[in-house]
Amino acid sequence: MNDNNTPNDWLFEITPKNKFFSLNLKEVWQYRDLLLLFVKRDVITVYKQTVLGPLWYLIQPLFTSVTFTIIFNNVAGIDTGTVPPFLFNLAGITVWNYFTACLTGTSDTFKANAAIFGKVYFPRIITPLSVVISNLVKFGIQFLIFIGFYIFYYFQGANLGLNGLILFFPILIIIMGILGLGLGMLISAMVTKYRDFSHLIGFGIQLLMYLSAVMYPMSLIKDKLPGYGWLVEYNPLAYIIETARYMLLDVGEVSVLGLSYTLVVTIAVFFIGLLVFNKTEKSFIDTV
Amino acid sequence: MKKDIILKAENISKQYRLGQVGTGTLSHDINRWWHKIRGKENPYLKIGETNDRSTKGSSDYVWALQDINFEVERGEVLGIIGKNGAGKSTLLKILSKVTAPTTGSIKSRGRIASLLEVGTGFNGEMTGRENIFLNGAILGMTKKEISSKLDEIIEFSGCERYIDTPVKRYSSGMTVRLAFAVAAFLEPEILVIDEVLAVGDAEFQKKAIGKMQDISREGGRTVLFVSHNMAAVKSLCTRGIVLVNGKVAMTGNVESAVNFYLSHDSESMNRKIFSSEYDKKEFTLHEISLNGIGKLSDEPLDEYQEIEINTLFTLKDESLKLHLSLVLNNDFGEPLFTFSHINNGLKLNKGTNKIKCRFPKGFLNIGTYYLSLYIIENAKSALFVEKDIMSFIIQEGERTIGSWMGKEPGFIKPKFDWLIEVN
Repeated sequence: MNDNNTPNDWLFEITPKNKFFSLNLKEVWQYRDLLLLFVKRDVITVYKQTVLGPLWYLIQPLFTSVTFTIIFNNVAGIDTGTVPPFLFNLAGITVWNYFTACLTGTSDTFKANAAIFGKVYFPRIITPLSVVISNLVKFGIQFLIFIGFYIFYYFQGANLGLNGLILFFPILIIIMGILGLGLGMLISAMVTKYRDFSHLIGFGIQLLMYLSAVMYPMSLIKDKLPGYGWLVEYNPLAYIIETARYMLLDVGEVSVLGLSYTLVVTIAVFFIGLLVFNKTEKSFIDTV
Repeated sequence: MKKDIILKAENISKQYRLGQVGTGTLSHDINRWWHKIRGKENPYLKIGETNDRSTKGSSDYVWALQDINFEVERGEVLGIIGKNGAGKSTLLKILSKVTAPTTGSIKSRGRIASLLEVGTGFNGEMTGRENIFLNGAILGMTKKEISSKLDEIIEFSGCERYIDTPVKRYSSGMTVRLAFAVAAFLEPEILVIDEVLAVGDAEFQKKAIGKMQDISREGGRTVLFVSHNMAAVKSLCTRGIVLVNGKVAMTGNVESAVNFYLSHDSESMNRKIFSSEYDKKEFTLHEISLNGIGKLSDEPLDEYQEIEINTLFTLKDESLKLHLSLVLNNDFGEPLFTFSHINNGLKLNKGTNKIKCRFPKGFLNIGTYYLSLYIIENAKSALFVEKDIMSFIIQEGERTIGSWMGKEPGFIKPKFDWLIEVN
């Protein structure tokens, strides 16, 4: 060995296992341009060769809200208080959609990107991160339509009030994105080896929606189904959606305890997801 | 001389599980986990077998690589050669961090970028220009780096006219050109390249090899190169590693590594010794062998050598007027030409004859050839015929850098008399 090169000045080392916990933030920062390009790619390629383009982003929440309003409010008679049922549903669905998009988009990270992951190395976390960010763009567009209807109903004379907590709305969305990302990473790691999970996720999300207070206020479930209310109360997503509606429409309630619980769960899920994701990224290509 | 080691592989091994992922996998996973929590060794690491694709093994686990050790110096171009399934690609995958080794470690003093398969991450919906940025970023470049080289990349790819067209409208050759162009302007300390020459036309191959040469010579960068094209390996690399069934069979200068690889390929044994079946009433055929002049018959034949065909033949009865006639066939079984010592007026003697025939330097093109033997009596009837009595392969020789690395059409490369006059 040469004098200038002491045996320890290696730039990096490739070893069988990652250290127990290694999110190499410096490396992620080096690849920030890739992150932006992935986001750009995801956003652009959705409209390519479509006539309606970004309008497709709007059609889905609008139709779902209309359906929910007819079934849950007109037929089943769920009371949304002073807020027009359509706006109530649209708020819930817009927020919920962001979570679903994050979760489904990240949960097949390894499977969907096997071809590219099998060829080149870049910090794998870039891919799920880009999904969460590009969905934020989609969420932004969907949120604009919500604002449009909000103004429409306002001038119709509906009794609408913004809550001062609206300033914290972005934080709420970020928490939701992180929860979706954490859960998605966890599932994506398991899907690589056992495809069973990808079947589970499709209807799992649907079931979860009913437990997340998307189309009813949280107080309602406590009144009508006291025996099963805990299912909703232990669901961190229910608090996020309930709080979002509180901020946007000034209905329902904000539970500080519930939100703290949500925050703790989100952080825990995110770190567990990250841990499992890191462990998987090293050798998933052999099992995918 | 001081060695400047830029990359060091220590005891790299990689185990794979064969067969499908199913319920068996789950039970193995549980067993593995159970051993782990009791602090025991992974039970499946022991039972792996060496990775010989052609033989059937008893275990579900194989070692694709076993105890690989090597060092690469800065600025060196290392060729990694081996048969299909010898573990070359697995090694490159580990080097480029796509998959982790089962045991061992790789230490590096420089950024490694790989060109495992060009065009990774190309998105058909996006234009050529957008894809340059995307692909460059995937390979580890920043947006700024790409912007500064954009014009050069477009020019090198030769796809200027299509640069704002979605890549899905490109021909496959154009896609490859564009992808290689992006990769060629990467500036890592260590570049890993796998089989890029398999694609593209002659002009592009020439360009690609030239670029790789520039990268290593002028840029002083280290290149790890995997290819089945021995001409390219010989011309580009300075050193070679031969992998056989997942183990390093030899390391050395590129010439000896290529020779080692070719001579251990069972299909290229250029010597055939005949059994007693060929001991007839009138004659005995002992042996036919081929070798380059000054080389032994177990060394590979290359396209630039003067090649000698030696036949050992005993004539038992001098009164019989026998002569040997050989037919050279190509690998489609089509005869190319017939040749015999009788054409030169030479006759066989009684007793054992050592018959030598020399092909002029660089006469045969690369490829596989078959020899058929005819023993003719009285210049008219065949006493003995054996078609395809032996086969041999002419390998690529070392070519000058910048020249084409492929195969010219045709089977023989005769040197005619040419005359060029200035008017």
